[in-house]
Amino acid sequence: MALYSEKVMDHFRNPRNVGVLEDANGVGTVGNAKCGDIMKMYLKIEDDIVKDVKFETFGCGSAIASSSMATELIKGKPVEEARKLTNQAVAEALDGLPDYKMHCSVLAQEAIEAALEDYESKQEK
Amino acid sequence: MIYADNAATTPMSEAAIETMTTLIRETYGNPSSLYEFGQKAKEVLEQAREDTAAIIGADAKEIIFTSGGSEADNQAILSAAKLGELKGKKHIISSKFEHHAVLHTLRKLEKEGFEVTLLDVHENGIIDPSEVEAAIREDTCLVTIMYANNEIGTIQDIKGIGAVCRAKGVIFHTDAVQAIGHLKINVVDENIDMLSASAHKFHGPKGVGFLYVRKGIRVTNLIEGGAQEKGKRAGTENVPGIAAMVTALKEEVANIDKNTAHLLPVRNKIIAGLKEIPHSALNGDAERRLPSNVNFCFEGIEGESLLLLLDDKGIAASSGSACTSGSLDPSHVLLAIGRVHDVAHGSLRLSLGEDITDEQADYIIKSVKEVVEYLRGFSPVWRDLVAGKTKFIL
Repeated sequence: MALYSEKVMDHFRNPRNVGVLEDANGVGTVGNAKCGDIMKMYLKIEDDIVKDVKFETFGCGSAIASSSMATELIKGKPVEEARKLTNQAVAEALDGLPDYKMHCSVLAQEAIEAALEDYESKQEK
Repeated sequence: MIYADNAATTPMSEAAIETMTTLIRETYGNPSSLYEFGQKAKEVLEQAREDTAAIIGADAKEIIFTSGGSEADNQAILSAAKLGELKGKKHIISSKFEHHAVLHTLRKLEKEGFEVTLLDVHENGIIDPSEVEAAIREDTCLVTIMYANNEIGTIQDIKGIGAVCRAKGVIFHTDAVQAIGHLKINVVDENIDMLSASAHKFHGPKGVGFLYVRKGIRVTNLIEGGAQEKGKRAGTENVPGIAAMVTALKEEVANIDKNTAHLLPVRNKIIAGLKEIPHSALNGDAERRLPSNVNFCFEGIEGESLLLLLDDKGIAASSGSACTSGSLDPSHVLLAIGRVHDVAHGSLRLSLGEDITDEQADYIIKSVKEVVEYLRGFSPVWRDLVAGKTKFIL
């Protein structure tokens, strides 16, 4: 059996929405290089809809795949829905992650939360 | 497909496979049995013991066959500890970058009241014998230092360390799992009291190894239950495996000069090629390292991704990244030579096979360059480094 599911390998080999979003209005970074995983999410939100999303990740195969899948799950969705994205949903969409890699999906959820928080903090000003 | 993870394990040689399969079919007797079937197996076993001893300059009586390197390490250390304890000596010296078979055994002994000094291995991964000498105390019962490191391939001055131990009357054990078959070893010339070896690192089968213990040092057995191996290791002997190990060892030792002459320029070519990658660094001394070992850190990327993408390109390698170990910490070896976590996660170990070609070396260099550049392309860590928001370490 392979280490990862076909889905994970697909998203790892061909990450979706990878890169920088120059006109992002919500940016979140989580993790640290010491632990070996950093995810950065860029959101472009208009009319309470996630119009565009991109990510950059320093991390293992499942971290890259989790970020990629998370962006797919929220792209074009209302902010309310993006806010509700759970790490389980990310892991399930990837046809599962090995137990010791579940933290990668948690990181993806947290990266989106951080980006949404950043967006909201800017709205209040 | 390029298999560049020979420090993890090696493919069995054709001759070793031949020895093993022939013996499995024809010499299945139990060496402890008195009839012909058994005695034939006993002959094979004792010939293997003599051949093993001859290769390392030991006496056949000084060889104990084990299930591999880990068992040999455990038995060596626990034996010396037991002897020390009887004399009230409960201090052991080792190094920070030993294999876990050594480090975990030492940790167990610490819980039993032993004191362990782990020597620093410096940035180059080399310990000076004078440092061992300075660490030896009245109550030191064992010095255990690996011959060649499994991750960064650095080779210690075993003869020098052995001399220091001999002069001070301290038992000296070396985990030679990565060295034997690849470097010329003579336990007498190098003042080695105990040495561990594992067959599958030199084209022998898995699950077989041996421990050399110098005459006069009492061995404690880990496995009770029979008179095999002079009562030092119970269990019916793995005759086909042991004989296949010796076939592989003889072959490998006979070819050390040839293999080294072939590997050195290829290894150095790969090192030179990978050095061209900006913000990268070779881990471990450039000269005093195994002819097969290349180990690099690349800043801004993580090792597991690197390995998966190299695998896609048909290159099997390994990394000291935390993600490849299932723990949060990267390799203790890389941390021991002073690489910080951030950088240690981005490591790559290539351990070359003797059949590596120049074209394969070129392909490895090209592939690693491509993959590192690709991963850096969407690494937020790399972005911050390039933007000057964080400082480059390498």
